[in-house]
Amino acid sequence: MHPARKQKLMIVLFILLGSMVTVGLILVAFNEGLNVFFTPTEVAEGKVEAGQNFRIGGMVKMGSVVKEGLEGTDIEFIATDTNKDVSVRYTGVLPDLFREGQGVVADGYLDENGVFQATQILAKHDENYMSAEVKSALDAGERKQAEAAMAAGQTP
Amino acid sequence: MWQWLYRLGSPKLFYDMTTGFLPWLTIVTYFLLIVGLVWGLGFVPPDYQMGDNFRIAYIHIPMSVGAMGIYAMMACMAAMHMIWNIKLADLVARSCAALGATYCALSLVTGSLWGKPTWGTYWIWDARLTSMLILLFVFIAIMALRSAYDSENSGSKAASVLTLVGVVNLPIIHYSVVWWNTLHQGDSILGVSSQSANPPEVWSPAFFVGLGLIGFFFQALIRRTRNEILLHERRSQWVQQLLTSKQLQE
Repeated sequence: MHPARKQKLMIVLFILLGSMVTVGLILVAFNEGLNVFFTPTEVAEGKVEAGQNFRIGGMVKMGSVVKEGLEGTDIEFIATDTNKDVSVRYTGVLPDLFREGQGVVADGYLDENGVFQATQILAKHDENYMSAEVKSALDAGERKQAEAAMAAGQTP
Repeated sequence: MWQWLYRLGSPKLFYDMTTGFLPWLTIVTYFLLIVGLVWGLGFVPPDYQMGDNFRIAYIHIPMSVGAMGIYAMMACMAAMHMIWNIKLADLVARSCAALGATYCALSLVTGSLWGKPTWGTYWIWDARLTSMLILLFVFIAIMALRSAYDSENSGSKAASVLTLVGVVNLPIIHYSVVWWNTLHQGDSILGVSSQSANPPEVWSPAFFVGLGLIGFFFQALIRRTRNEILLHERRSQWVQQLLTSKQLQE
């Protein structure tokens, strides 16, 4: 390679490497500030100051949703990351994809009783797309596996 | 050793080679796009949760991947322009920017339209959405920077440097859903059997649309680059000859 070209190549590599290192350091410095929500475990660890506005993210615990009020718009449910739970209270209309066992992101603050008072509820969607038939076939397969595992456990 | 690169970089050779190739590429492109879109938007069964809303993904995902791919290609061209001083590479990079910005903007718009019924909001400042918005701004900044210079050479050089700096955003976009908590979902794992999540019946149309969008990008890129070549080589003998032969035909 011609020396002049080699020098240009080094410049290109230097620009690429330099920008990577710079931006990498900035991102490390921001660290958790770039997370769009905190998990219930992080809240329990005291990563959020009392009274501070933040978003909490987790799964809607199975069987935890309670709808009250005239039109069922006073909503209470438990957001969980399977390790820690946080009670969430919200008044308003829920997004269509809000379901038990599904991901949820709520915007609001923790009150003095440790209940999360939400001002906005967002549904988090997973990365799986399939038709209703495939979904029910998958669920049936999982049930069968679970039953087989239980049967295997019962007979030593 | 590098002679072939210079020969391939000859604008005249590029112009001659693409003349016959372009119509075929265009036909294949529209075929792929029509097959993929009709299949995906009309025939794939609705999603078990989102119903018909999920069909936006057939445009959104290929657009997003396309925008990042275009950026990667533009960066390679910028590097080739800087290292070997190949003029054609700069003309191609110049044509990439507007197309990449278009793909990126369409990715953001389609994603936003999907977000409202699914998440409950058009926009959230999470890592994936924000880094994609930055990609759009970088595309626009590259175009603006290039045109801000009076001297075309200085403009090309500045745009090349900015293009290379912007490469750092590509891994950030890709890994944003892994490194941080985001509202945007992670990357789908393509299922291989029809009894799995994301079965082939669901992702195959996206594959066609993706190939179609790549084809569309290249045919548009070639057309733009051919125009740039004619503009920049307008004083050369072969362009003059081409013009006179066109005039004689009329």
